[in-house]
Amino acid sequence: MTAEPVITLRGVRAELGSRPVLRGIDLTVRRGEVVALLGANGSGKSTAVRSVIGQVPVTAGEIELFGTPQRRFRDWARVGYVPQRTTAAGGVPATVTEIVSAGRLARTRFGLFRKADREAVRRALELVGMADRADDSADALSGGQHQRVLIARALAAEPDLLIMDEPMAGVDLASQEVLADTLRTQVERGTTVLLVLHELGPLEPLIDRAVVLRDGCVLHDGPPPKAVGQHALPGHDHVHPHAPADAGPIRTGLLS
Amino acid sequence: MELLDYAFMQRALLAAVLVGVTAPAIGVYLVQRRQALMGDGIGHVAMTGVGLGFLLSWSPVWMAALISVLGAVLMELVRWYARTRGDIALAMLFYGGMAGGVMFTSLAPGGSTSNLSTYLFGSLTTVSPSDVTAICVLAAFVVLVTVGLRRQLFAVSQDEEFARVTGLPVRFLNLLTAVTAAVTVSVAMRVVGLLLVSALMVVPVAAAQQLTRSFAATFAVAVAIGVSVAVGGTVTSYYQDVPPGATIVLLTIGAFLLLTALAAPLARRRARAAAAARPGPDPAECSIPASRPADGKVGV
Repeated sequence: MTAEPVITLRGVRAELGSRPVLRGIDLTVRRGEVVALLGANGSGKSTAVRSVIGQVPVTAGEIELFGTPQRRFRDWARVGYVPQRTTAAGGVPATVTEIVSAGRLARTRFGLFRKADREAVRRALELVGMADRADDSADALSGGQHQRVLIARALAAEPDLLIMDEPMAGVDLASQEVLADTLRTQVERGTTVLLVLHELGPLEPLIDRAVVLRDGCVLHDGPPPKAVGQHALPGHDHVHPHAPADAGPIRTGLLS
Repeated sequence: MELLDYAFMQRALLAAVLVGVTAPAIGVYLVQRRQALMGDGIGHVAMTGVGLGFLLSWSPVWMAALISVLGAVLMELVRWYARTRGDIALAMLFYGGMAGGVMFTSLAPGGSTSNLSTYLFGSLTTVSPSDVTAICVLAAFVVLVTVGLRRQLFAVSQDEEFARVTGLPVRFLNLLTAVTAAVTVSVAMRVVGLLLVSALMVVPVAAAQQLTRSFAATFAVAVAIGVSVAVGGTVTSYYQDVPPGATIVLLTIGAFLLLTALAAPLARRRARAAAAARPGPDPAECSIPASRPADGKVGV
């Protein structure tokens, strides 16, 4: 018995500039699955998820969302997207609630917020443990808190499918645990999840399947790879202690 | 208030209030999407509209609105299609617009560039009754868009990629923002002038940000500052016989400096209040125990 596919990629190719980044990707994510996209820097994992949500033009192949060709897909309220970003702030101050409310727009008519919409925003903030910061400016948040706000924004529409691009990048340990808990709650409710990761970390027990990309091709599609070497030591969690909890991520270019 | 006895001052004050509302109302979205100088570019393009208005003997306000809307649409198209060469294309559009304005004005019968200068720097005495009608209609459009679509415009200006994934018509909303900014330029042109209009879109927002933490509050405070300086500048201009546009812009910058000076103590008080509200004491010092053995003997 297999559940219906939520995301289907068949022979997807994509180019950035004239450089091929995806060279024919096949990937199916079924309802209720939690799939991690893994791979080295430049392997095409971010491009793959961005092609799913229509942010990268595809030169060949087919993409379907909930069984509908992506080009004709309109039911975007069913998709929650968390971009790879370390800040939620724009050029004007905005509160956490205002930012998360943007994620609820897809469920409203003409952007009119009813009581149910405000409650959904509140619930999304509670899920990520940010309800007490609801009226704070996003400028006052740490990197991990920003990420929690961006995830709450995706959850505010109560999506059936959650797509996350490196949700753990630059996130402090406390926030990582909150995020893993949030994700567990969502998975228990039957949400399908596709996430880009560069290491499994605290999310490992949640992940049903890992798809490893290399040079724009699928290298491995199956159970998540077991950690080896010092990565397998108990307590190894890839937290880099030299990064203060409230600082932005260290952009070495090696991991991100 | 003897200045209200004059019909031209009534018109000028009404126009000032509408400018004070509309310029920061669209400006807040431009600042949010980090396009603070867009209003300046549109102002340059609108000069061609003013020149064409002189040449064809049509209302310069309506012509400026038409041409600046076309210019704004062109700017958005440039943003979509010419990513790398976009800034050069925009530069050509801006300076082409300015040159066109000067050229058409000088070609107009009896035209001289001195006619243009009231449009460049604003003028109180020249706001005609038909200008007031045009300004009212255009201002109503700006308020309708910036208030009615605030959630959509906020989402698009905050994070364009995310807005696209929520299914918002991002291209349409970007175009609408550009067109609304163009319309605002035409509203503000008579009072503040084309070359100074951008200041009234950006500086009240920057001033409001010194005090506010939310977008909604920034919007409201920016509009309040905008109306205050526009009316204050117009009245000052009447009594002191100084150009209204320059007076308004200098007042706005003064408001920015004042609020910046007030902001630091306010932020400190807020931080104290937040610390008091938080449960549990905030340890003032590190309390990590020293690792040296208690008996004080250190091995060599």
